[in-house]
Amino acid sequence: MIHTPHVDWFAISTVLVLLGASFIALLGAVLVPAALRRTFAVTVAALGSLGGIVTSVWLYVDSANGHRVIADSFYRDRWTALTQVILCATTLATVLVGADRVREHESEFFALLLASAAGMTFFVGSANLMVMFLSLEWFSIALYVLCAIDYDLEGSLEAGLKYLVVGSFGSAALLFGSALVYGATNRIGFAEIAQQVGVHGLSGDLLLVLGLAMILAGLAFKSSAAPFHMWTPDVYQGAPTTVTAFMSSATKVAAFALTFRILRTAFPQEAHLWTWALAGIAVASLVIGNLAALVQTDVKRLLAYSSISHAGFILIGLSTGTALGGRALMYYLVPYSAMAFGSFAIVAARERELGKPVTLENLAGFGWERPFLGVAMWFFMFGFAGLPLGGGFIGKFYVLSAAYDHGWTWLVIVGVLATLVSLYYYLGVVRAIYMRGPQLAVATGGSPPRETLLHIAVGAALVVSVGSLVAVGPLITLARHAASALPF
Amino acid sequence: MTTSTITSVLIWLPIAGALAIWILPLSRYATGSLAVLISLVEVGFWIEQAARFNFTRTGLQFSQRTPWIKDLHVSYHVGEYAFSLWLVGLTVVVMAACIGYGFWVGRDHPRAYFGLMLMLTGATVGVFVAQDLLLFYAFFEAMLIPLYVLIGVWGGANRIGATLKLLIYTMAGSLVMLAAIIVYGLKVGTFDLVDSPPSTSRWLFLGFMLAFAIKAPLFPFHGWLPDSYREAPPEVTAILSGVVAKAGTYGMLRIVLTKFPEPSSYYRTVILALGAAALVYGSVLAFRAADFRGVVAYSSMAQSGLITIGLFSGTNLGYNGAVLQMIAHGLISASLFLIAGAVERRTTTGEFSRLGGMAKGRPALATLLMTVGVISLAVPGSAAFAGEFLILAGAYTRAWWWAAIGATGIVLAAMYVLRLISGVLHDARGPMVQDQALDLRAGELALIVPLVAALLVLSAWPAGISHHSFAGDRPLNAVYEQFR
Repeated sequence: MIHTPHVDWFAISTVLVLLGASFIALLGAVLVPAALRRTFAVTVAALGSLGGIVTSVWLYVDSANGHRVIADSFYRDRWTALTQVILCATTLATVLVGADRVREHESEFFALLLASAAGMTFFVGSANLMVMFLSLEWFSIALYVLCAIDYDLEGSLEAGLKYLVVGSFGSAALLFGSALVYGATNRIGFAEIAQQVGVHGLSGDLLLVLGLAMILAGLAFKSSAAPFHMWTPDVYQGAPTTVTAFMSSATKVAAFALTFRILRTAFPQEAHLWTWALAGIAVASLVIGNLAALVQTDVKRLLAYSSISHAGFILIGLSTGTALGGRALMYYLVPYSAMAFGSFAIVAARERELGKPVTLENLAGFGWERPFLGVAMWFFMFGFAGLPLGGGFIGKFYVLSAAYDHGWTWLVIVGVLATLVSLYYYLGVVRAIYMRGPQLAVATGGSPPRETLLHIAVGAALVVSVGSLVAVGPLITLARHAASALPF
Repeated sequence: MTTSTITSVLIWLPIAGALAIWILPLSRYATGSLAVLISLVEVGFWIEQAARFNFTRTGLQFSQRTPWIKDLHVSYHVGEYAFSLWLVGLTVVVMAACIGYGFWVGRDHPRAYFGLMLMLTGATVGVFVAQDLLLFYAFFEAMLIPLYVLIGVWGGANRIGATLKLLIYTMAGSLVMLAAIIVYGLKVGTFDLVDSPPSTSRWLFLGFMLAFAIKAPLFPFHGWLPDSYREAPPEVTAILSGVVAKAGTYGMLRIVLTKFPEPSSYYRTVILALGAAALVYGSVLAFRAADFRGVVAYSSMAQSGLITIGLFSGTNLGYNGAVLQMIAHGLISASLFLIAGAVERRTTTGEFSRLGGMAKGRPALATLLMTVGVISLAVPGSAAFAGEFLILAGAYTRAWWWAAIGATGIVLAAMYVLRLISGVLHDARGPMVQDQALDLRAGELALIVPLVAALLVLSAWPAGISHHSFAGDRPLNAVYEQFR
């Protein structure tokens, strides 16, 4: 007889809701007639992610005292819950954008999307190395397939394969690192690792440090921070744009939230090492992301490099390892994920209109043809650049404040310089949509598709990104409560 | 409505108006009328505020404060000192004239255009009333967003290059200021401009000063100026030089001088030298400029230099003169750029080689240009003369040669203004001046005459501003003690 632990079902309700919806959507492929399949899958997926938002908000309210559940393998606390809210909201927006866009394998697409979201919501709560690795694989495998799902599309299959190969390499690094850490401490629980290191004075132990480095590298692959970013532009460009939008927001949120948790919980004694390592990764991401973005003409690639540079900004907050840094990280993720998602969704709209990849050239006149999407893109680009048209401004202010508070004035200067460089390419997008006349060669005649759901999703992203500037106070309070679940 | 909310209304009413214009599918005419109406309501609110303002009281008035980011001690804190009241007044009056001008000439894409103009109004008012460093920074940057699009979409042929230069230059300055704000705010434990104590850090002083020197602009930081002033639509140039550039000199007064008194006196000679260089070099460039807008653009740079000299002279006279000159020059350059726009509409060019002889048969144009021109070259009795005299008197008490350089600037001003007047109005008739080119129409007069009338009032009673900018007429006390 195997002893089964007590299961706190409510703690994993978000995961279960998403997973359940995923199964139902998948069943639709067999049980629902082809004509209704898409409506069914979209409805189930939308309801599933809505349900996820509800349960995770509830969990946030009900988990003021964070603790571990299910044989100490999963954190039920506000850090998990708040991240889950962001993830589920992103998933819902992805469903809305995908609804009009996915033309075949509808059931499979939405089932995989929900499965991947479920994996992420599990990942961010993981309390030991085993759960972390398994849930990482869980959402990654779903994402590999999603990238390649549109195999008629040039580049989609290539994107899937690239992501699979590079992603597996990252996972392998993570697994190897976990093994080394286990070897050093004989524990897999995050909190127990820190305890063992403390009790046996293992701080600085070669095995432990090597393991930590490999875990960090594995997570940096997922958050596409330089120098582990090589796959990002190709995969973001090749994957169906709906999937890119999801990856650029949700995957990063999950990866950063977990990175901060594992570092604070399992490796507080090594803080003098990982703060510097992360600061180095942050600087590398800022330099590489910004410089490479300057010369891009394909908008998806440009946004991919921009996401690498934002990984750098987020890592500035993370690298401080302080409570202020944790709040900065949590706050930054909200407007960032909205802006990243929204901008890719707008690219998806233009892509459908043109029937070919979107470049800065063929964005010309877009702002006048589709006023709402144009204005939204204007907001997102200026928001990314850190101008006060959205929460991106406060996000940058916050992470740079965290860096200064940690005593790293040099990092403030690097961040400021990076922002200045980034201005050039963000302005390039605004220039392209407003300041060049429409190109006749591109015009295909007829009015563009209506796409109500996509407009709703972009509108929601706009509201979140602008709203996070106005409602800084409440959001910071949420972030503070979330961060207080972590040991400082 | 309590009096303190008027300040917030002045910021948010035009921004709400911008949103309404973007959202409501109004016709071209309705959009323009709504924008003009809102800008006039702004002027009305400002008059209300000026009427209630207590000029003998020290400290902040009409203030409002709500926490914004608690854990970093950032708050939404707005309010006005007497000199900010005047700058807000300048903003709303010039913006109303410029929005009216945009309506008069019928800009394309009216909803986008008027929305952006209103957004710019709100952001600019915000700069002059913000009493929290982060809020100030947010408005300071927010001014750039509509400006970028206004120049980039409605500007002249080389607008793309002009916008890029404008943004990169000014953002380079303001991002350095952001770093300085973060360091200063966290070091002293609050971002509030009223509560925060002075600092002696020279690095922070330089961080702030760089941003303001680029915005003003002072001598080596003026690379963005000629392109932007030439390529922007005339009413946007009027705003840029009349109002937005004043944010630079305002920042020196409100932040640099009050929060960094020790570094300010340490670097005084350097800043005075930069101001003098801007004054002389700008005047010489204005004298050499080949077109109407070029003259006014470079003369704005010269005037920014003069205002900076007044501020950094560190004397009561200099401060009073600087505030008066900010307002007077704001009105002068806004009127001149609007007149330049009117001339360009009639002749398609601003180049002196193709203009001339416009006075004949166009009495209104000739009268207005002469009046503004004479005021701007600072004939005794004009508002600009009062401002420049106070500044030079202040500079003289610092050292006689600063006043001498300043006086050179005034002589040069006479040269370039007279050249401008003769190049446009007199001389032989230029090839682009047709008989059909009409005199100023009633609509244009309705926009420019109020600005000129305000200038004439100021000429008659300069003490209205120069004695009512700092409580008790002792700016040094005000700057260094009363609001720290």
